[in-house]
Amino acid sequence: MTESLDQIFVTLKHWLLSGFENLLKWLEVAPPDWLMPLVSMVLSLAPILMVFPALFAITTVLERKGLGRIQNRYGPNRVGPFGFLQFAADGIKAIIKEDLVPRAADKIFHFIAPVILVITAFTVYAVLPFGRNMVAVDLDAGLLFFFAVGAASELAVFMAGWSSRNKYALLGAMRAVAQMVSYEIPLILSSVAVVMITGTLSLTKIVEAQSTHAGLLPDWFVFTPWGFMGFALFMIAANAELNRSPFDLPEGESEIIAGYFIEYSGFKFALFFLSEYLSMFALSGLGITLFLGGWNAPFAVLDFIPSWAWFFAKLLALIFLFIWTRGTLPRLRQDQLMNLAWKFMIPMVLVNLVAAALWHFTGPGWMRWLSSGALVVGAYMLLGKPQFESKDIGKRTYRFAD
Amino acid sequence: MLGKGIIKGMAETARNFLGSYVSAERLTTVQYPEQRIPQIEKARQFPFLVFDGDDPMKGLRCVACQICEKECPPKCIYIVKSKDKRVDYKGQMQLYPATFDIDLSVCMSCQICVEVCPFESIKMDTAYELSTTDRFGGLMVNKHQLAKSNEHYRHIHPTDAAASDAALAVEVAKAQAKAKADIEAKAKAAAEAKAKAAVITPVAPKPVAAT
Amino acid sequence: MTLPFAIIAVLIVAAASAAMTLRNLVHSALAVAVAFGGLALAYLYLDAQFVGLAQILVYVGAVAILIVFAVLLTRGGEAPEKSIFSATWFWGLLITVAVFATLAWCVMHSFASKREPADKVEVTVKQIGDALMTKFVLPLEVIGLLLTAALIGAVIIAMREEKK
Ligand code: SF4
Ligand code: SF4
Repeated sequence: MTESLDQIFVTLKHWLLSGFENLLKWLEVAPPDWLMPLVSMVLSLAPILMVFPALFAITTVLERKGLGRIQNRYGPNRVGPFGFLQFAADGIKAIIKEDLVPRAADKIFHFIAPVILVITAFTVYAVLPFGRNMVAVDLDAGLLFFFAVGAASELAVFMAGWSSRNKYALLGAMRAVAQMVSYEIPLILSSVAVVMITGTLSLTKIVEAQSTHAGLLPDWFVFTPWGFMGFALFMIAANAELNRSPFDLPEGESEIIAGYFIEYSGFKFALFFLSEYLSMFALSGLGITLFLGGWNAPFAVLDFIPSWAWFFAKLLALIFLFIWTRGTLPRLRQDQLMNLAWKFMIPMVLVNLVAAALWHFTGPGWMRWLSSGALVVGAYMLLGKPQFESKDIGKRTYRFAD
Repeated sequence: MLGKGIIKGMAETARNFLGSYVSAERLTTVQYPEQRIPQIEKARQFPFLVFDGDDPMKGLRCVACQICEKECPPKCIYIVKSKDKRVDYKGQMQLYPATFDIDLSVCMSCQICVEVCPFESIKMDTAYELSTTDRFGGLMVNKHQLAKSNEHYRHIHPTDAAASDAALAVEVAKAQAKAKADIEAKAKAAAEAKAKAAVITPVAPKPVAAT
Repeated sequence: MTLPFAIIAVLIVAAASAAMTLRNLVHSALAVAVAFGGLALAYLYLDAQFVGLAQILVYVGAVAILIVFAVLLTRGGEAPEKSIFSATWFWGLLITVAVFATLAWCVMHSFASKREPADKVEVTVKQIGDALMTKFVLPLEVIGLLLTAALIGAVIIAMREEKK
């Protein structure tokens, strides 16, 4: 029973596929040999194209409600029960709005920038394992694929900002690209620690490596010193990659209005939002896969809950974490942003690689905990101190204009 | 230690998040269309033109001097002067605005037009539900829509309206005094002119200093 | 030559010539990015997953961005007024044709073109990693040292704070 529930979607796909084959046989059409893989591909991708936009719709409402509660407000509560149909109102509004294109804009790039962004945001889902046997394309170099496709989105962001012919858009694009290039290094290097330990770039194999249990705790990488630090660095870097608060300088409403998508309206604006949230889910999914044991249940007794349910539960938890930080932390200044990336995150991530190597070569036992842990904690204390210790700048005085 | 502040902040927001479900006092916002907060007296939203008397168009105080048009930072006022003149509240002949439009979509409620007007003729209104379904014509407010009575002004801004009325009363008093003085002076001048009519002393024009 | 390869080849050549002929520098830079992407596709089509993906990550994700930044920071995006052809285009063309002919002749007559194509081998990322860590460990270490030196140099330049 639990087995079949776990594999329900996989079974469904096989069932549909064989049904299609029988239909063709019944119609006495000999399918060309590229047809069946194509149909199989479509059947794998269609759920992704439906589930994640739906999750996007729900998340926008949840985010607005959550932020509202954090700021002691109600949040949207008018459309539908408890305001949960707000996304429908937003969507209809976005679609029927006039699509304005600035006269001086570079029409072609202005048009394809959001399209490329959405395509790259969807493409990365191809390699994420959502559950046992549930991955669209089990690439041998899945992790590399994820980062490569993600890197292509930087160019789309630049295109959007540059083609709008607007100073705020260009400023936003420059900020976005500088930020994404800077934080891509810690993002990738924090995942490299996992690759070093598991010895594979395939995301399914990385999940399998975390499926065992050691005593009470599962063998998730987040429960190791280097894994914990790696996860924290990964999430910070992911936050910066996504341009979400507190790293939302490229969008900074109060200074450059909306940054690189200031000149977009209507449906194209909605596409920007869609791609932003899709990348958020994708990066959260990658974080789950790398550090939080993917679709594995935390305890062996909970294995009866299907694997895909675990994945989505973890995904929702990480989304909540993103919303929570957004509601808490104020925006960084540009120099603080760069300082954090180059003076703290990158050295920390390099130390973390050494800690992972120590963990690997020390062998099981308390020694590995001690050595690896001491290295991580020591580096954290040492690197965190000089840059971020609050300097005594004296009591702040205010001067008002008379 | 690095990160302590972040954890503190996260705890604080978590307390807000959970607390807002437990105690309703935390929720400080009002549910707008049903609940409304009474406006404070200094509230301001959009300018209107004050008129005296019963006929809005006849009683407009505005003399189309166009000071506000020039001073408005986003340049959202548009005035066309009248061709003829009419008697204003002080009894002087003045122009009046043939057209007076303010673009609601551009106005930023800065009140500068009110500050610069020397004739107490433009003031800020407190009405804030100004949305319209006609985004081209509907947001261009003309003088018929802008004209509001002085009673309305007294009603929404009692203190300011009293000050404004007092200032106008002073002006009127001054004007009347001046008019009286003028009549006396004229009479005097006429008498003097009569007396001096016989003796005419031609005054040579002063030479203009070369600069 | 197969159809996918033909499409990829046309894409690369078109993008590369667009990069040369377009008047607007940013357009040229983006065309270069498309050419990089086409090369990655060619690698992927040849079943070289690792190289193809690394090509996208490094060239589209970093080098193209660097070019775009350099263009934006050095001069405006306005198209230059001058003709895109230089005054000595004839000699340039002549030299190009000569070089191309020489190279083509070499390739056609090299022993590699006469060799039978090898059987298709599955090269996994793990094998590449193993090769890098055993047979090619010295070049890898040298390159690694070089890049680390560059990285540390950049960090040190960024770290220096003005003493007041
Ligand atoms: S309130 Fe300010 S913006 Fe509005 S009409 Fe008056 S001067 Fe212009
Ligand atoms: S409102 Fe006042 S400042 Fe403006 S034109 Fe009329 S009299 Fe002049």
